[in-house]
Amino acid sequence: MTGLSAKHLNVWFGSGRDRVLAVDDVSFSVASGASFGLVGESGSGKSTILRALTGLAPNWSGEMMVGNEVLQGQRSSAFYKQVQMVFQDPYASLHPRHTVDQMLSETLYLHGVGEIDTHVEKLLDDVGLGNAFRFRYPHQLSGGQRQRVAIARALAPEPEILLLDEPTSALDVSVQAEILNLLTDLRSEHSLTYVMVSHDLAVVGHMCEEIAVMQNGKIVEIMPVADMRSMQAKHDYTQHLLKSSQGYERREFNG
Amino acid sequence: MSKDTDLLEVDDLWVKFPTRTETFEAVRGISFRLGRERLGIVGESGSGKSMTGRAILRLIRKPGIVTANRISLHGQDLMKLTEKQMRNVRGKQISMVMQDPKFSLNPVMTIGDQIVEAYRLHARATRSEAHAKALEMLEAVSIRDPERVFRAYPHEMSGGMGQRIMIAMMLIPDPEILIADEPTSALDVSVQTQVLSIMDRLVQERGMGLIFISHDLNLVSAFCDRVLIMYAGRIVETCRADRLHEAKHPYTRGLLNSLPRLEEPRERLDVLKRDPAWREAASVVDDQ
Repeated sequence: MTGLSAKHLNVWFGSGRDRVLAVDDVSFSVASGASFGLVGESGSGKSTILRALTGLAPNWSGEMMVGNEVLQGQRSSAFYKQVQMVFQDPYASLHPRHTVDQMLSETLYLHGVGEIDTHVEKLLDDVGLGNAFRFRYPHQLSGGQRQRVAIARALAPEPEILLLDEPTSALDVSVQAEILNLLTDLRSEHSLTYVMVSHDLAVVGHMCEEIAVMQNGKIVEIMPVADMRSMQAKHDYTQHLLKSSQGYERREFNG
Repeated sequence: MSKDTDLLEVDDLWVKFPTRTETFEAVRGISFRLGRERLGIVGESGSGKSMTGRAILRLIRKPGIVTANRISLHGQDLMKLTEKQMRNVRGKQISMVMQDPKFSLNPVMTIGDQIVEAYRLHARATRSEAHAKALEMLEAVSIRDPERVFRAYPHEMSGGMGQRIMIAMMLIPDPEILIADEPTSALDVSVQTQVLSIMDRLVQERGMGLIFISHDLNLVSAFCDRVLIMYAGRIVETCRADRLHEAKHPYTRGLLNSLPRLEEPRERLDVLKRDPAWREAASVVDDQ
């Protein structure tokens, strides 16, 4: 089984004067079978870490490891059998002119899986969609159903690690509950490792055992979920985030 | 609440969209009143909450059809106004803040020019007066360096700044009612708090009525005075915002229970089971 880790990871965009350091000397490790959360404001670099792990951010330095393998340059196809990603917006991450069947079959074919037909059926079953959805196009699906298809596609090569980039932020709360339950079930059925990015502390608190709080590209604090629940944050910024997440505090203005 | 303090009264509002095979009813006969208060409208996507906000300003485009017995603003029936008269209502008496500042500001005009344009549409003012007013409004929404922001283009602004600019623009003509359609959904939690407290202050200082449309139950419960809960185009429940967590309707309860909570961890979240009867039940009449 494999876990993953990053040591002194830097990721930057642009060059020269316009160079922006999006991830600044970040180190963390996730044990196999664990669920790790990254929270922070937009622009804090949390999604960039996921993108760097999957090889979608070309400029980085430091060390990233998946299992015992040190990642460098182009990822091998074996890597993508281990690590898969689910993106934020199910409206943008599915091909609008491919049916669910085409999307899943192609993924299975590319990963050299045999008996595509039975596998597609099984994947759809796994994510609770069933065969009736097999020949639908994305526009014939609701947001929650689309995210299920995106999860099925990520599960196709039977990965051990799922990188989840705000998987429910585009969905209604009722649908969010369904998807989060699905992810919990899949994790126990397939003994998956999760790295989850979200701006919603409650969602990360529900899904993850350990949480890293990010600000301006740096991890300011890594804490177990129990500390977060009991509001025992050491860093000021984490305190501030926890406080803001509790909703709006009423004040009286006299003007 | 007595009648004369009512700013807005909506009676039996319907919004329909005819399609080739059937007529889709987005809002199905809702009635409510708005006083000088913060009224929240919550519901899932597709529940008709945004359509309600747009219908009040008569912003539903053809082929959409809006019908209502009455949408009265100080006794004046908005449904009976001509399009030209309506233009005087929009902005001046009722303003609207949309969800995403990225799509609501003109990308090729400086922020200052946009605010000045909005102001001069409603008030006879010279350019320099408008300029001064624009700077004053930018300051009112807690923008630190109004001169610089005045000359900047929308892409140079962050999301939170953009949303504050939108609010500044909406408030310049001094409207009596502000309709805010998910004004903070695109913002980070910490920025969200800032924007809300600015809105809160302005509402309280100016005695405006605020219609706050949102899908975020916790936020509405903390921020508003009263809440309407919408499902499938109808109001299923109304309650005081601070009592939202004691709501009785199974739909509201379902929504509340499906939220993950930091302080009470659970193995699995409750999933909302929809009862077809909710769809058929008559709209709750808002009589507070």
